[in-house]
Amino acid sequence: MKKELIELRVNRRTHEVASEPSALLLDVLRQQLQLTGSKRGCDDSSCGACTVLIDGVAMMSCTLLAASCQGQEITTIEGVSEHGSLSAIQKAYGDWGGAQCGYCTPGFIMTVKSLLAENPDPSEEDIRAALSSNLCRCTGYNQMYEAIRSAIHAERQAAATTK
Amino acid sequence: MSNDFSIIGKPTAMVDAAEKTTGSGKYTDDLSLPGLLIGKILHSPYPHARIKSIDTNRAEKLHGVVAVVIGKDAPKTYGILPVGHDEYPLALDKVRYVGDNVACAVATSEAIAEKALELIDVDYEVLPAYFDPEESMKAESHLIHDHKPNNLEKDYHHVFGDPEKGFAEADEVAEARFIANEVTHAAMEPHSTLAAFEVDPHTGKPGRLTVWSSTQVPYYLQHKLSLVLEMPMAQIRVIKPLVGGGFGGKSEVIPLEIIAAVAARKAQAPVKITYTREEVFWAHRGRPRTIVDLKTGVKKDGRITAVKARVVQDGGAYCSYGVVTILYSGALLGALYDIPNIQYDGYRVLTNKPACGAMRGHGTVNVRFAFESQLDELAAKIGMDPAEIRQRNLLEPPCITVNGLRVQSYGLPECIEETVKRSGWKDRKGKLGKGRGLGIACSHYVSGAANSIIRSDMPHSTVNIKIDRDGGVVVYTGASEIGQGSDTMTAQIAAETLGCSLSRVRVIAADTDLTPIDIGSYSSRVTFMAGNATLRAAQEVKKLIAAAAAKKMNCAEESLTFRDDSVSRNNGQTGALAPVDQAEQSPAATVSGRVEGQILRGSLQQKRKDEGPKGQMTFEEAVVAAIDFHGALTGTGSYAPPPEARGGKHKGAGVGPSPAYSYSAQVAEVSVDEDTGEVTVHKVWAAHDCGRALNPVSVEGQIIGSVWMGMGQALTEEMVWKDGMLMNPGLLEYRSPSAVESPSVEPIIVESIDPEGPFGAKECSEGSLAATIPAISNAIYDAVGVRLHESPFTPERVLAAIRAMKHAKSVNLTEGVDPTSPKRFREHGGSLWFKGKGPERHALDPCRHDVSAGGAE
Repeated sequence: MKKELIELRVNRRTHEVASEPSALLLDVLRQQLQLTGSKRGCDDSSCGACTVLIDGVAMMSCTLLAASCQGQEITTIEGVSEHGSLSAIQKAYGDWGGAQCGYCTPGFIMTVKSLLAENPDPSEEDIRAALSSNLCRCTGYNQMYEAIRSAIHAERQAAATTK
Repeated sequence: MSNDFSIIGKPTAMVDAAEKTTGSGKYTDDLSLPGLLIGKILHSPYPHARIKSIDTNRAEKLHGVVAVVIGKDAPKTYGILPVGHDEYPLALDKVRYVGDNVACAVATSEAIAEKALELIDVDYEVLPAYFDPEESMKAESHLIHDHKPNNLEKDYHHVFGDPEKGFAEADEVAEARFIANEVTHAAMEPHSTLAAFEVDPHTGKPGRLTVWSSTQVPYYLQHKLSLVLEMPMAQIRVIKPLVGGGFGGKSEVIPLEIIAAVAARKAQAPVKITYTREEVFWAHRGRPRTIVDLKTGVKKDGRITAVKARVVQDGGAYCSYGVVTILYSGALLGALYDIPNIQYDGYRVLTNKPACGAMRGHGTVNVRFAFESQLDELAAKIGMDPAEIRQRNLLEPPCITVNGLRVQSYGLPECIEETVKRSGWKDRKGKLGKGRGLGIACSHYVSGAANSIIRSDMPHSTVNIKIDRDGGVVVYTGASEIGQGSDTMTAQIAAETLGCSLSRVRVIAADTDLTPIDIGSYSSRVTFMAGNATLRAAQEVKKLIAAAAAKKMNCAEESLTFRDDSVSRNNGQTGALAPVDQAEQSPAATVSGRVEGQILRGSLQQKRKDEGPKGQMTFEEAVVAAIDFHGALTGTGSYAPPPEARGGKHKGAGVGPSPAYSYSAQVAEVSVDEDTGEVTVHKVWAAHDCGRALNPVSVEGQIIGSVWMGMGQALTEEMVWKDGMLMNPGLLEYRSPSAVESPSVEPIIVESIDPEGPFGAKECSEGSLAATIPAISNAIYDAVGVRLHESPFTPERVLAAIRAMKHAKSVNLTEGVDPTSPKRFREHGGSLWFKGKGPERHALDPCRHDVSAGGAE
């Protein structure tokens, strides 16, 4: 297939990319844009390691055609840190052991961001259900819940002090 | 030893946490090189076949294809064990499992390489195949490996003490068959390797090879590459990038790692090969399906008198770690409880399926499931509480078990007490109502094998430290970080010993050019062995710094305290500076021969002219002083297990001995739905004796992770086979649990402070997995009164057991769905290889043929 020029807006920057119409968003991110933070962990969109935000909604980039994402705001893990510092959820994942081998971590963080944007005060059930789209083989998920609660608390503290 | 540590024992974020949470860290598939080619592997569609011919011409002519490699391009065998060099990177004459590696095409894109595979013509002569280990053991012809009669990779027969006498003395004896089905690591990162040759400037020809690979064992990879490529190891550099999990699946050399190098050599360009998830399942090297025939005798007082275990492991098509796996199954019957008489007969059998290797807990897990379940049955027979029967059979260390294992630190008693207390065992067991129950089980594991895979006198780990004028501490360790926290452990031990802040330490790891050898991240050896080597290297450098600082501060070296980036003279007053001693001011000679003070520059020089000896120096000042005296500050430390820990002399005695064992005791609370057979695990209390928790956050994470993985094997994970084809090579079909299926785990850290571990630490990553499976099966018994002897405890199996107990008609869940499907085909390893009984294959189906398995027709 012949490559075509598409325009993708990723992490608030616009990129012109040459890719085949059949190219998946995950591959374009990883190869053409060298944004290797999003990972491939499976063949059948079952693991969530490729999760990115499309207009703020968590979606699996291995199941999206890059060309179909034109005009949308794509956020990858590389767009999560704030001004060169770790965001609350990133810091919390490190402090609480939410990441061990780290391979599933970018996908989880995107899912968590999507969850908290929609539901800033999720119950344990809400959190488990939201995280069920991402698989982890290292942590057993427990320390992730602690990390998420800690991040929610930290963001509330930060919001309170800036008032 | 003081317990007042500044770094050790404090919850610490991993030193690479930011790389992981920002996505900036590089795993192998994230790497690229100019001119990179992508490789794709052609796999065998047959479980057992001779390769008559391979024609790669059409593939090589495809535009974009740079090279195609086959077996003849690397006709040298290798294997992880010295006795098991039975694999070629690409099959030479025979394929032995569906998924075996036949050819590799490298091209300018993945799509072109995949297209090229379709253009490779392979002519196979299909052979009879073996899928059931007990059938395979009877094979007389069409052997999987010509040098292994009866398809028996290895068998062992051990007798310790007098088991017959022990059984005669028992008041109660239980005997049963247990089956643990096949599971695999399913690490989130698929295997990936990037190989590139450099040009040698002196010869002008291709020279050094660099390989980046997702591996737990970079040094074994370097060694096997050297064997197969017939290159000296000195010309091969292996670098381990971030690794997305291993659990044993990357603890041996996996075919793509060598294929990438062979392809790079032929293509004369860098080659990267990354497995698809399906290929990861085919590569496997997981835990074999195991049949355990177990017999245990106990007295009325609960004391175990004898154990007899016959273990058959369905090992797949190649040796892999097989000889070690079958030995662990017997060896670690010892060192948990005090068992005076043991008979062990182990059989590692070859079958035409992907090879099994080492997986978290190795050969100990499936036998532990059988033993802890049977012990529970015996407790019920003698009317004793299951927690109490375990407490009646404790070892009294320091001791050597009947099978030659040395036990020193032994936190099992405290683990049992803690888990019993926290779960409310005494008050709640048997009182949770119908369908809900508690179960208890114990397990243990080695902190590294006392005898290395490749026997030599070499240390198992060596670590170098460099401290330079900038005050930075660089630790060079061969130890492989795979997500378990080894880099962080290294930094913590160095920082604690030197009394410097963690941020001052930089860990350079697992690069065979830069770091001294560490034999790898497997059998949970890294904290104990590489940690000890790190400790010794740090102590060596500390001595140099102490000598210089003592001279500067005019005191004895022993009176110095290294802490919080300072070196202080300790006069019994914590924190306060001692009065300055002005008497001795004579300049001391330095290594350069010049009087100290003159070779320094700038403000420090001026400052030192004005001051006399003081009571405290910053870490940097102490380092500078030491460099003045000694030159560059480097330290090296090595660790090899002591001879006393290396075990007995009987055949196979080399596997099992360890310098220290970790211990685990767990209580699981489950509910069982009697109508559907579905088991829900509500909570697991898991107490683990790790010697000392160097990083509590990581230790808890490892305990939770291993309990979770044990639960996966207990309830949902199973590789399902049919005619040598894996039916479920996907994460959801394999049923790796997601967040909604995963229970709350309460990790309980027990610290027995091992006399030989670094700061007393032992392993914490594998020992807990094994106990979870029987804790759940014992809880199911408490809940609904059925004993499950086959894992995973799927709803089908649980329901069948409940119905059998109620003498209900057995329900054939496939009745009416597929009339040709034999009853309970899964329980037989999916073998439908009966002549005339299997489903009718389509005339054009390449797997259709009329040959039957086994010996003569």
